[in-house]
Amino acid sequence: MSTGGELLFVVCGLIAVVAAVLTVSLSNPLRSAVALLTHVTALAGLYLTLHAHLLAAVQLLVYAGAVVVLFVFVIMLLGPGALDSKAEPRGWVSKTVGAGLLALVAGAIAFAVGKVNPETVAIPGCPDGQAECSQFGGVNALSAAIYRDAAIPFELVSMLLLVAIIAAITIARGRTRDEKELTDSVDARRFARRAFPSDAEAPLLNPAKMSTGPLRGQSDEPSAAE
Amino acid sequence: MDIGLGTYLSLAAILFGIGAVGFLSRRGILLQLMSIEIMLNSVNLTLVAFNRWNPSSHAGQVFAFFVIAVAAAEAAVGLAILISFYRLKKTVESDRADLLKG
Repeated sequence: MSTGGELLFVVCGLIAVVAAVLTVSLSNPLRSAVALLTHVTALAGLYLTLHAHLLAAVQLLVYAGAVVVLFVFVIMLLGPGALDSKAEPRGWVSKTVGAGLLALVAGAIAFAVGKVNPETVAIPGCPDGQAECSQFGGVNALSAAIYRDAAIPFELVSMLLLVAIIAAITIARGRTRDEKELTDSVDARRFARRAFPSDAEAPLLNPAKMSTGPLRGQSDEPSAAE
Repeated sequence: MDIGLGTYLSLAAILFGIGAVGFLSRRGILLQLMSIEIMLNSVNLTLVAFNRWNPSSHAGQVFAFFVIAVAAAEAAVGLAILISFYRLKKTVESDRADLLKG
């Protein structure tokens, strides 16, 4: 590996580790999202040192361009509710012991695999006078590998993404008032007006099932004049 | 400084440990999803590093490509579940998802 490559590895590796620590330790989720953005950008730099050019571009497009933006959208959608509550059930002793144990395991694995050092394999470069060739990690070579050797998994991934889009829309979209009026039985709507049975701290009314219209078949509700 | 395959694997193990600590110690579902992303990224780094030392095929990079796609789908569905959960409970803490507790 060239000196420039080693410098890029050291810089990007340090940034990746620091940004990952910040992501899991900062209390404001928006700051964590920015730290995650830094983390995935540093990982794209690490992919560059591994001669995976197309994968670095895909990493930036998908993670920095889509996933982190999705996180930021959700944080903005939830507003102040996205913040953790201040009451912390786990004390600092158990947190420190747990983090120390996991750090020990990760450090042991890192120390063990750090000694794995096969000799460097040179990657053949393009011939002189040819700017583009089907080189390792480039667009030509990787897309040939995907479309020739992994064509069926690739199509399955497109199906997976379609299913994920539909599932995300279906789960995240609340029901409208008319749909609640149509589908919910009177008993379900009465139940929705009670406090959550299993949770004393839950809000008194279940907002997901709450309907503001008059309950049909209940005498003590003020009925609409007809 | 000699940077070989083991250096990349060590870095990936450390990043995976950080993600695991974050997933286990944070209670906000948002932060847990971000920790999952960190862990998936570290696994991707392992795959790409192995592929660099075996450049006759692109199996590792293709696998990392698929892992990125699956991670994007997982993030989308997980965040949708988070929005639905927040609408129900007015909180983002995973400890409060206890409707199945007897």
